[in-house]
Amino acid sequence: MLGLQTLVGNLTNIALLASEGEGGGGVQFPPIENIVKWPALFGEGSFYAFNKIALISMIAMIVPALLFYFAGRKASLVPKKLQNIMEASLDFVEKQVIMPAIGPEGMRYLPMLVAMVFFIWIGNVFEVIPTSHMPANARMANPLMLAMTAWVMFIGVGVKHNGLGYFKSALFPPGVPKALYLLVTPIEFLSTFLIRPFSLAVRLFANMLAGHILLVTFSVLCITLWGFTPLVLVELLSFPMLVAFTGFEFMVAFLQAFIFALLTAVYIGGALHPEH
Amino acid sequence: MSALAHTAATVLAATDYTAAEAKGIAGASSAGFAYGLAAIGPGIGIGYLVGQAVQAMARQPESAGQVQTTMFLGIAFTEALALIGFVVFILLKFV
Repeated sequence: MLGLQTLVGNLTNIALLASEGEGGGGVQFPPIENIVKWPALFGEGSFYAFNKIALISMIAMIVPALLFYFAGRKASLVPKKLQNIMEASLDFVEKQVIMPAIGPEGMRYLPMLVAMVFFIWIGNVFEVIPTSHMPANARMANPLMLAMTAWVMFIGVGVKHNGLGYFKSALFPPGVPKALYLLVTPIEFLSTFLIRPFSLAVRLFANMLAGHILLVTFSVLCITLWGFTPLVLVELLSFPMLVAFTGFEFMVAFLQAFIFALLTAVYIGGALHPEH
Repeated sequence: MSALAHTAATVLAATDYTAAEAKGIAGASSAGFAYGLAAIGPGIGIGYLVGQAVQAMARQPESAGQVQTTMFLGIAFTEALALIGFVVFILLKFV
């Protein structure tokens, strides 16, 4: 551990020396306020304040609506072009999300799950779109609202299909010795009704924020190291990493939307058949 | 860990820090440890999980779709711990 400290100290000294060559400063990371405080594009301070996150969220809402409108406007039995693509997306949600998680009776929740996938996916994809570079879901508000929607949905489905017996079967799982309910019921209550929505929201939020910070880190490295110093050789490593992580985040953007919809479907499926 | 204790001792020994500065220094130096420790368990867990899923897919390629969906579910549950660790890192470092 002492050796590690000396090594870290030496590295810090080297980094300081290197940065002094460029007139001081070193690697300057943007402050955290840049992703926490967003200035409003218009209507600053009022109820109608509208910032970049709100703009991205609006795009993420309008684009899928338009796509489905134009795909379904002249729907034909043999799908062509846009209709084909949108039907493929519905098919994907049916085969990959609903069938394994809920079963055939889950098809009535298809509209909600497809809307969730598209809203989250398009909001996420703005993480790698140039001139935007900010996922809408890296603000806690968006994932929180989506998670609360899922929370209300699965409790509502449970109460609708099982009455108040849903809470009984969720809090008092059958086949447990009576005395153990002292231990099991609080744990079940916490994990089902509090930790589920929390982890659903935090999973999406932290994934997108971590991806954003990762891309910012490599971008800052690429910008700072660019110049006529020996350090420009590090660029050979950092720039390919930036490109690779951009591709990776493009994949993560879709994967998170898929996982969010899949978990919502699993929770709904669990509420439909609480005995399993 | 000794580095953490060292930093904490330095901060506590010095009298010319205000409480807020001392909190900032201690928070920043423990943030990395917090995330590092939070990443160990989920790292092992996801590695094991995906390894087993690959094995299942190799043995029964016809059930690959179902295994994949279940694998993503398992990853999502396991990964949540690491992500909460990341949120703790942000809270310690910046708040």
